[in-house]
Amino acid sequence: MTDIDKTAEPADTPVAGAEAIKAIPVRHYGRYVAAVIAIAILVAIIYAFGQGKINWNAVPDYFFDDRIMTGVSKTLLLTVLSMLIGIVGGILLAVMRLSKNPVTSSIAWFYIWFFRGTPVLVQLFLWFNLGLVFEYINLMPFYKDYWSNFMTPLLTALLGLGLNEAAYMAEICRAGLLAVDEGQTEAAHALGMSHSKTLRRVVIPQAMRVIVPPTGNEVINMLKTTSLVAAVQYPELFRYAQDIGQNSGAPVEMYFLAAAWYLIMTSVLSVGQYYIERYYARGSSRQLPPTPWQKVKANMLSLGRPKGAVGA
Amino acid sequence: MTDKLSKTQDAPAKGTVPMVRAQGVHKSFGHVEVLKGIDLEVKPGEVFCLIGPSGSGKSTFLRCINHLEKINAGRLYVDGELVGYRQQGDKLYELRDREVAMKRRDIGMVFQRFNLFPHMTALENVMEAPVQVKGASRSQAKERAMQLLDRVGLGDRAGHYPSQLSGGQQQRVAIARALAMDPKLMLFDEPTSALDPELVGDVLDVMRDLAESGMTMVVVTHEMGFAREVGDSLVFMDGGVVVESGNPRDVLTNPQHERTQSFLSKVL
Repeated sequence: MTDIDKTAEPADTPVAGAEAIKAIPVRHYGRYVAAVIAIAILVAIIYAFGQGKINWNAVPDYFFDDRIMTGVSKTLLLTVLSMLIGIVGGILLAVMRLSKNPVTSSIAWFYIWFFRGTPVLVQLFLWFNLGLVFEYINLMPFYKDYWSNFMTPLLTALLGLGLNEAAYMAEICRAGLLAVDEGQTEAAHALGMSHSKTLRRVVIPQAMRVIVPPTGNEVINMLKTTSLVAAVQYPELFRYAQDIGQNSGAPVEMYFLAAAWYLIMTSVLSVGQYYIERYYARGSSRQLPPTPWQKVKANMLSLGRPKGAVGA
Repeated sequence: MTDKLSKTQDAPAKGTVPMVRAQGVHKSFGHVEVLKGIDLEVKPGEVFCLIGPSGSGKSTFLRCINHLEKINAGRLYVDGELVGYRQQGDKLYELRDREVAMKRRDIGMVFQRFNLFPHMTALENVMEAPVQVKGASRSQAKERAMQLLDRVGLGDRAGHYPSQLSGGQQQRVAIARALAMDPKLMLFDEPTSALDPELVGDVLDVMRDLAESGMTMVVVTHEMGFAREVGDSLVFMDGGVVVESGNPRDVLTNPQHERTQSFLSKVL
């Protein structure tokens, strides 16, 4: 392989004595026009907000307010727990859908059809209002209580978000499992590995490469979707920001504040996702891309050296 | 390895049990009948070559031997035991997945497309089955894996991932991986067909070395040179049946059947 590459390479270097190309590049006037328009619109928006009576000081004043901090932690808690329900449920549903048992696979199909086909806000309200039709809950020998004691706002939120998420995660997991080459399963079976071991040691680690990126997106999505549960009386970041805004007379400022917190959290999650993706990419590409920190180090080492000297 | 080899070499002297015995093996995919009654025997310690045009059913037959494909009719035995079923009286009982897996431990397989585990290094690929299936300790498995990688000439590539190896190197790792389970039978499914011509030689050298050590091998191949030099028996298949069989040197130089003649005239 490498030998062939080497022999092919000299073709790219110009023949000695040949005239170098010095051409006048094409001017893309359309790009200048587009840039000017975009900047003009941006300036107009900034100017408009400058004209608005926005009390920007309210944002830093309340940024680390106790209620906001509680809201942030509850938003994170809700995200983590709902995703946990979503991932566990999603794996279960994916396995059910891929199983050879027609009963389990059709039940999984039906679940996904229902939960993906209805808006999550409708599902949240449905869980929230089940108390209107059920007086108490009775899990025969284990648990018995009034419905209103059982279905707390937290449980409503978790069921609404988690069960909905499970349907999406199921499709992500299924796609990941199907993306692994059949030859991998055959090779593992030929070595005498059982079905479960093949799945655990060979198929799932490779499926993860396909599963992780969309799952990261789902986490970020979930973090934002948690703001919907304000509608079912569970207080989290958005709800607290709204409350403060109404009491302090600075509602718009508090929405900016909430947006800033959501941005901070989603940005941190994106960084985490990058490293997880990198971990599961091992073996799939010849050279892993450097981490940002490695890039910084490499750049510092290359300071003072001519550009291009650090090839690797 | 050596004690294992002496065992396989004893076997023919001891007796009559062939390593592989096929009796009227039929296999269909839907309405397409791929194998139409295969009868053959592979003796222990023998290098058994299967040749024929693509679509002749030779790869399918190979995959039936370790039950990657289920046969529809006939009987297939490996080392005297029925493949995939248990017979009690005149009734056949399908084996459980676990029992099938148990039998596959003794049968190594090398694929046309290598099928190495891409998320593991060469060393981890070779260690995987002994540790996970046989329950060998990691240190033991590692030592043995290093020996095997040395044997296929890749001791210095142990830490490389498959994507960092050439096709020929990957295939040799795949052979080492199969050998790590100490199989009594090795199946090769066109092991050199996906390789650049200049890399074929290294893989064939490893297989030749393996044959000389007395391993029983069933090889589906298009390498007539290998079949002639290393093979003990050869079968020419076409259209799901065995057309001609015998000593490779006889069949390849002096084919009796018209179909064999026309195939060989195009290949050689």
